[in-house]
Formats: sequence, C-alpha cells, structure tokens
Amino acid sequence: MAKRIVLGFVAILLVIAAGYASFFVAPTERTMGDIQRIFYFHVGSAWAGMDAFFVCFLANLLYVWKRKPTYDFLGVSCAEVGLVLTTVVLITGPIWAHPVWGIWWTWDARLTSTFVLWLLYVSYLLLRSLIEEPERRALLSALFGIFAFIDVPLVFFSIRWWRTQHPSPVIMGGSGSGLDPTMSKVFFFNVLAMHVFAAFLIVERYVVEKMKHEVDLLQREAEAL
Amino acid sequence: MSLLSNTATLLGKELRTEFRSRELLTTTVVFILVVLILFSFAINPTSEESREFGPGLLWLAILFAASLMLQPCFLREQANDTLSSLRLAVSDPFSIFLAKLIANTLFLLLTEVLMLPLFAAFYNIPVLPQLHYLLLVLFLGSLGVSIAGTALSAISAQARMRELLLPLLLLPLLTPVLVVSATVSVSLLDREPVVQWKGIGFLAVFDLIFLTALWLFGEYLLEE
Amino acid sequence: MPNFKFRISDWSISVTSPALSPTGLRFENIDKRYGGLFALRRVSLEIAPGECVVLAGRNGSGKTTLLRIASRIVRPTAGKLSFPGASSESAGNGRPGYVAHTTMVYDELTAEENLVLFAKLQDVEQPAVRAEELLHEVGLYERRNSPVRTFSRGMRQRIAIARALIHRPSVLLFDEPATGLDPTGISWLAKTLGEVNRSGCTVVMSLHGESEISALASRAVQLDAGSVVADTKSGASLRSILTFGGC
Repeated sequence: MAKRIVLGFVAILLVIAAGYASFFVAPTERTMGDIQRIFYFHVGSAWAGMDAFFVCFLANLLYVWKRKPTYDFLGVSCAEVGLVLTTVVLITGPIWAHPVWGIWWTWDARLTSTFVLWLLYVSYLLLRSLIEEPERRALLSALFGIFAFIDVPLVFFSIRWWRTQHPSPVIMGGSGSGLDPTMSKVFFFNVLAMHVFAAFLIVERYVVEKMKHEVDLLQREAEAL
Repeated sequence: MSLLSNTATLLGKELRTEFRSRELLTTTVVFILVVLILFSFAINPTSEESREFGPGLLWLAILFAASLMLQPCFLREQANDTLSSLRLAVSDPFSIFLAKLIANTLFLLLTEVLMLPLFAAFYNIPVLPQLHYLLLVLFLGSLGVSIAGTALSAISAQARMRELLLPLLLLPLLTPVLVVSATVSVSLLDREPVVQWKGIGFLAVFDLIFLTALWLFGEYLLEE
Repeated sequence: MPNFKFRISDWSISVTSPALSPTGLRFENIDKRYGGLFALRRVSLEIAPGECVVLAGRNGSGKTTLLRIASRIVRPTAGKLSFPGASSESAGNGRPGYVAHTTMVYDELTAEENLVLFAKLQDVEQPAVRAEELLHEVGLYERRNSPVRTFSRGMRQRIAIARALIHRPSVLLFDEPATGLDPTGISWLAKTLGEVNRSGCTVVMSLHGESEISALASRAVQLDAGSVVADTKSGASLRSILTFGGC
C-alpha cells in the first residue's frame, strides 16, 4: 500500500515536472512556435501506450500458458491504460496539426496506424464485456489480445507503405530527429514521466480489477447457495 | 499424415454441407452485389474516378461480405455440439481450423470470381488484361481474410452479440489486408498497370504469420 | 495446476487395432471451477476395466461435468485424469466413446455420411464397411440415406450411440441415456449397453432412478454438489444411491 502511494506521488510529480519542462525549459521551435510543445506530451504518451500494449501482450501469453488470474488482471489493466494514452495521442495529434496546416486530420501514416491500434484495443475491451464467465473471458480475450498485438507491426508497415503511394503531410515529423540538446532532454524526460505515470495507473487499475474479481466470486457463491 | 487426412475429410464435409444448401454462397454473392450497387449510388463515379475508387470498393465489399459469411463458421457447430464430437475424433485440433479456413477461402474466391465480370461492367474497368495477377491478389487477400476470420469466428461464437462482435473484431484486424490489397489492385487496374510485388509479398507474409498464430493457439480457442 | 499438455489428441496414436484393450478410468483430485463455483470438488474415483458404473445424483451435482472431463472435452481446473490399461496400440479405441444430450452429429448429413465421417476421422479401417455394420446394429440401416434432421428422438439416440461406438472404444461414457425414450427404447438400450459391456468395454453412465438400464450396473457412485458422497464399492447400497440420488 505504501509503495503504491509513493509511486503515485512520484508519478504525479514527474508529470508536473515534465509539463513545466515542456512549457518553460524547452526552447521555442523555430518554424512552428509554441504549439510544437505538445510534441513532448504526444510522443511520450505514444511510447508509453505502446509499451503498455506490449506488457498486455506478455500478460496474455502468460495467461494462456499458466492460467493464473493475475495475468488476466494485468492484461486488462494494461489494455485500458494503453487505450487512454492512445486516445491522448489521437487528440493531441489534430490539436497540433490544425494551427500548423489548418486541417484536423491528414491520414498521416503514424496517426492512422495509431487509430487502428486504438480500434483493436477497443475491440479487446468490448469482447471482454460480452463474455460473462471469468475463465472464458480471460482465455478468449487473451487469445484475441495475442492476435491483435501480432497485427500491430503489420498495421504500421502496411499503412506506411500505403502512404508512400499517396503522400500527405506528416504530423510531428521524425520524432527526435535532429532535436536541439535541451529539447532532447525535455523529450526523454517526458517519455520517462509518461511511463511512470502509466505504471502508476496500471497498478491502481490492477488492484481494482482484483477486488472486482473477488467481489464477483463472492456474489456467485452467494447466488449458488 | 493424420493432420492432412483429417483436414481433407473435414474439408469434404464443409464443402458437401455448403453445396447441398448453397446458403452461404448465394447470400454472400447477393450481398457483395448489393454493396457494389449501393456504393455507386453513393459515390457516382465517372470513368476515370472508377479506376481509382473501384478496386478499393470491391475490397471493402469483400470484407463486409466475409464478416457476415464467417459467422456461421463455428455457430453451426453449436447446434448439436458437433464441435465436441469433432474435437474428440481428430488427432490434431488444427485440422478443424485448416479445413474451415480452406473452405472459407474457396467460398470467398468463388463469390469474387462470380462478381468480377459484374464489377468490371459497373465500374467500367477492364479486368481481363491483368487477370492472372488480379486472381493472385484476390487469392492472397481472401486467404488472409479467411485465416483471421476463422480464428475470430471461434472466439465470437462464444460471446454475446456475436453477429455484431465478429465484424468489430475482424475489420480492424484486417486493415493491413484491405489497405494493401486495394492499393495493389488499383495499380493493377490502372491505365498503365504496375505489379506491386512488395504488396503481394506483404499479403503472403500476413497469411503466413496468422496461419502460424492459429496453428500455435488454435486448440485454446476451442477449449472448454 | 492443469497439465499444460492437456490435449484430447495426446494419447491416441496412429496405428489402429481391432482388439479391445480393457481400459479403466482414474480421476485424481479433479476440480472444475466456473468463476468461483465448484462444479467438481476434489473428485477422486477409480473405475476398473470392464466395470459398468452408474453415476447418480441430483441435477447440478456434477455428473455431466465429470463425464465431459472423462471424455476430454472439458479441461479440469486441477487434478489428473488417466486411463489405466490403455495401450499405445489402442489408437482409435483409446478415445472414449461419449454420448450426450445432443446427438453430436450433423443434421444436414445422412446417417451414413455422418458415421463414415467420424470413422474416417478416427482412422477406423474400412470406414464405409464399419459404418454399415453399425447402422445394422442400431437398426438404422433403412434410414441410412436420410438426413439426421428427419430423425425421431429414439432414432437420434441411436445415431448418437453409433457415432460413439464407431471406433470400438474401450470406454463408453453415457450422459442420461434413458431421457426421452419410450419403454421399447429403454429395453433396446439396456440390451445394447449390456452387450457393449460384456464385450469388455468399460461403461460409465449417469442416471436418475432405477430402470432396466441401472440394473446393468455392477457399481454406483453418488455425486452431490460436486463431490462423491456414496459408492457401492465402499458398502453403500445400490438402491439407496439410485433412489436417493435421483431427484
């Protein structure tokens, strides 16, 4: 319990610090101005989100192998947190694009792939909501999670190739390519902060899921009597 | 080898069942037809635009049709619990999936081949010159749709709202197939056709990856 | 924890042999849990080769679950299932035959097509001949070319039995065989099961109450709320198990 509180504290502090750094420490970008600062938050969330999905994938594999409920709790927690972070990416992308190009969405390769990723994990959560029995739900969603994650690189590749056929404005440019050293530091600090924050959210969500599971078990036992 | 002989036996069963009633084939053909017609009402293409949009719409129609056609795949095994008797009888549960995905690929291909002349007519796109490459793309794409669709159909059959669930699970997963197949098809049917081998290679890789995943995890999909 | 390699295919190998190899059943601490509810709780049972055992108990006592686990369709949450006496040559007939509430055959296919299908899948020699043999045995030969969906309840029972026996199993599992059968049907079933058991096949069936069929049993086991509560082997009376256990 104490560890959780410490993690929470550290996570929130880091996020605030990262935000401060993004706005006040990093120099203003030459061509795009202050709106570019959203880049730190956008990419930080994207990387943390992808890592959350990766941990979800590992949890799914472990569940199919070992069948311990704890892997199921971890899987759903990572999926939900990953989804939240991915939503942030999808919202901050257009917020950045609009002032720069005057359009909200350009079917940019990375953003489009992220959108498909988002849909996949929405489906994952939807599938879970449609299966009542806990062991069934854990197994089937783990299997879908595995298929979905295997699909992710394929999605990114195929959409990137598709975009080479029909080029369009690239949002955010190459992340981290040719960044000023201070910007680089702020960038990686943001990545760290978002990862710690994600870890904190995952832990909390895990605890909630575990409690939900226990309540559900008790309810079922009570109904059976 | 038992896996192959079991697959052949089950494939025979799948084909025999379908050709006796032909319900899947007829409904799928009609559905693609309706979708293609509706697309042309909604978009109203001139001849030039057709070449750019047409193939993409064809693939969309195929995907929608497949997500409906694949639903009965495992649902029909629930009626008399024949899935259990199959699982008891076969030496490798993968043969159940193999048989079904081969059958589904064949059904899809059959409907596509039937639709091709109509598609060519509606959208004013000559398909004969590049027919062999087009068939290759249709085959690889349909195989991908079948592999993923058969696997996910086993999952959705065990959940509620399965009619809506299968398309929701399947369509995002098949984005790579849609994107690449459509792009390759557009190139093929262009005024100056180009064969995009990279795209075709990608489809083959997609098929291989998901077939392997199904081989590794298939038996858990059927577990009780 | 359940065995990672728990697969129905695990213990059936390619070579077929017509000889029946007497096989028993051993359940060791079998648990089956469905989200917190124990359908079966630490069930340990040893059934000798050639026994004819009745599983009795109220609805929901776990009889069907136990049979489904024995048939390898359902994977136990914990515990071990083994088949003492099953030889590696008994291939196809290493798998139990299982008859459930549903026929587990295809309605759109004919009786013959169904049997040939299941014979081929289990590497039975001369599948067509064997299918015909079984159709005669269960009295469905005249209707061999009719789709199963046209069959009556009694005929469905018979095709289900034929399917279960097609590969000459050493163990037959039967879930509530008498349900929906008229007295003629029950007599026929009792005769058939008796013959099957006498030929060396171990029979385990779940039943309610006494009948011609329960009379075949050499042993009865009563389940209640997922546990074994009585066993004629340890002195309980057959009649008390059958009557107390049945509804």
